[in-house]
Amino acid sequence: MIVKRQGLSRRRFLQVVAGTGGALVLGVHLPRPAHAESERPDANRPNTDPNVFITLTPDNRVEVMIKHLEMGQGAFTGLAMLVGEELDAAWDQLVAKPAPGDPTKFNHTQWGPMQGTGGSTGLSSSYLQMRQVGAAMRQMLLAAAAKRWGVKADTLRTEQGQVINGNERLSYGELAEAARAEPVPNPDGLTLKNPDQFIYIGKPMPRLDKGKTDGSAIYTQDINLPGMLTAVVIHPPRFGAKVTGFNANGADKADGVEGIVTFSNGVAVVAKDFWTAQSAAKQVKVSWDESNAERLSTSAMWETLKGLTNQPGLIAEQKGDASKAFAEAAHTVEMDFATPFLPHATMEPMNCVARVDKDGCELWSGFQMPTGDQMGAARILGIKPEQVKANVLIAGSSFGRRANPAWDYGLECVDIARQFPGKPVKVVWTREVDTRAGWYRPAYYQRVKAAVDGEGKLLAWQQHIAGKSVVSGTPFESALVHNGIDHTSIEGATDLPYAFPNTDFRVHNHNHGVPVQWWRAVGHNHTALAKEVTMDALARKAGQDPVQFRLQQGTNPRYNAVLKTAAEKAGWGKEMGANRGMGVAVQFLFESYVALVAEVTMEGDEVKVDKITCVVDCGLAVDPDIVAAQMEGGIGFGLGQVLFSTLSIEDGKVKQSNFQNHKVARMRDMPEVEVHIMPSAEPPTGVGEPATAVVAPAVVNAVAAATGKYRTHLPLMG
Amino acid sequence: MEMTLTINGQSHKIDVADDTPLLWVLRDTIGLTGTKYGCGIAQCGACTVLVDGRPARSCTLRARNAQGKAITTIEGNQGRVGETVIAVWNELNVHQCGYCQSGQVMAATGLLSSNPKPDDAAIDQAMSGCICRCGTYVRVRKAIKQAAEQLQSDS
Repeated sequence: MIVKRQGLSRRRFLQVVAGTGGALVLGVHLPRPAHAESERPDANRPNTDPNVFITLTPDNRVEVMIKHLEMGQGAFTGLAMLVGEELDAAWDQLVAKPAPGDPTKFNHTQWGPMQGTGGSTGLSSSYLQMRQVGAAMRQMLLAAAAKRWGVKADTLRTEQGQVINGNERLSYGELAEAARAEPVPNPDGLTLKNPDQFIYIGKPMPRLDKGKTDGSAIYTQDINLPGMLTAVVIHPPRFGAKVTGFNANGADKADGVEGIVTFSNGVAVVAKDFWTAQSAAKQVKVSWDESNAERLSTSAMWETLKGLTNQPGLIAEQKGDASKAFAEAAHTVEMDFATPFLPHATMEPMNCVARVDKDGCELWSGFQMPTGDQMGAARILGIKPEQVKANVLIAGSSFGRRANPAWDYGLECVDIARQFPGKPVKVVWTREVDTRAGWYRPAYYQRVKAAVDGEGKLLAWQQHIAGKSVVSGTPFESALVHNGIDHTSIEGATDLPYAFPNTDFRVHNHNHGVPVQWWRAVGHNHTALAKEVTMDALARKAGQDPVQFRLQQGTNPRYNAVLKTAAEKAGWGKEMGANRGMGVAVQFLFESYVALVAEVTMEGDEVKVDKITCVVDCGLAVDPDIVAAQMEGGIGFGLGQVLFSTLSIEDGKVKQSNFQNHKVARMRDMPEVEVHIMPSAEPPTGVGEPATAVVAPAVVNAVAAATGKYRTHLPLMG
Repeated sequence: MEMTLTINGQSHKIDVADDTPLLWVLRDTIGLTGTKYGCGIAQCGACTVLVDGRPARSCTLRARNAQGKAITTIEGNQGRVGETVIAVWNELNVHQCGYCQSGQVMAATGLLSSNPKPDDAAIDQAMSGCICRCGTYVRVRKAIKQAAEQLQSDS
């Protein structure tokens, strides 16, 4: 019997679009919101108008509008590089600028009429588009130069921001005005470079998100407008509680306080600056109606989730007859896994600036989904989305938090700012507010049973996954939830890359009032852990080497190749010494393949991660230095969740508040990291998220190698 | 209360509530926004500045207690050590989102000013107060070592 999940999955919607010059772009179709369908006549056709994306300035700068949020992942550098490559711009003349919220110009090529960043698709989805933009502008410059010189365009060449005619040269800046007036070429007629002509693609380049090492870069937190007010908010102590009133205790009379107001989710103290607002907020006593508030406790929740995994649940995927196979197995392992709630804890806490007046609304924020956010603001203000201007700022990281479908912090800002018409209001969440505001990575409990026969051949795999869906109740539900199964809860589990003839995947939804959301690497965080730790345990139980065991059973050549390379680079099998261990894990995610080998030293129950060797196959590495940075950083982010990070709730109240009790990886925790990128001419794939999910299983397996015990409830030192 | 602060070599006369942390004076009163708010309780290091050359968390240091001292922020991180640190940071593409990097750069400048050749343990000690959620620690470590080497060979 084969029961396959129906409907949309990332892999089913893979689309490989052939470009010219041997270039390929890989597309992942994500759902299109039902609204706004008519905003662009042909939303499937990426906008390649160079006059939209490129401004050539008379002083010879090439300003490139970057349509994806720069949140650290390198969007400014990567996208400007693609434009600069085909344009033959000099690197030093490239200037990256964030595109404002405008889905008619800057929509995601795979999301229909929606501008946004996510799913590790920023570069891969723009790869062909941005190259075409650069090539089109180059053609317009050639046409303008040909007219200037009275020659044919095909006798000219370009190099480092100049058009060259024999011994004569014209800079792009000199041709800017004339080029802009040239007809925009049809993208289908453009000739793109062959890989052997690349001057930037494939090379490490200096980052173009500048001003981050001298304090000059401006984040939302740094916005300062004439007459601007700062708001500090007081949220309910439990999710779902409603504000019924407040006693200002004189705080409203304090010097510099402009007002204390209620809004949809609490009370805001609005003042001339942060410290005035923060000091006043401490005086305010808010009363809450908690009749519908969530009273969940994580300790009880784990028992509930565990109980659910013993129920039949919803069938996500079935193949063969797992029950029969288990009865005939020679070696069986059964393991359970717990991965807790986690806040994103971006370095820049959530914030937004809004000015609302009779003409509309102007916003400043590190927008990750500006189109949805503009619609949300329009909805609560009763105006049209076109009346909402979204100024996109660089963001002090996101890890998924700023792609919030409800745009909780932004709409809160709009709701407060509308009460101070005409005045810009900056909502600044304190770290405590940010930690306790919800929208966490959902907690998952999993139970896995796997078996081999007497020769170590794979027989059966059964996996139960219990937790709250991040997609249900959002605009993405219709596309990503099928028969009650949220694709993001099982991604990386089903479609096992190991040759089990019998499989049985079950999902158990546990709904509650704690808001949950995608968190860097999303479902792979729990599924990679379950898959790779169970495989490791199964190999050891069958008396086989964990790397060889996987390689023998692996069904995907690229998957096997990263695993094999990681083992070689790490010196798999070398003598580790007392209390030390080496563990491996591999995962296919965001269309990329990542294998990690972790080396750990045990000090009693304490785990010290000494080194991580990482091998990634992300297709063509457009900027190998950024790919390496994303692997290093993804490992650091993943390390926190395996070692320390947790978020616990008691009777509906979040216990953690700030970095003293929400522990994350610090310099002293960071291992040596070695990154190897597989050479590839395949289309570029995602790098922002993949490494994060693979850290936990590699470390857990290394701990098991050192101690003989698989510790599968994260964090290891919670 | 009225106070006078010396920030990046310039004298500023200000009037703020007497419990105002230096961080908010820098950001909201003076307009030097390079120093960042991350936690408010000296746990993350995003607000690190130098006070008389030594790293300090400006989110918990009352501005009034910084009177009479030389305050250096990222905007004023000039001088041989500071400039070398920033140059190496850029050369190695250390930053990602960058929000913590003002603090990282100032902490590294403070470290190299007092310890020209820090080993791994000294780097752990000096830099573990500066959280980077993007996980740039590998490059921060490398950059400190490279800056140390450059400063030594230049001297």
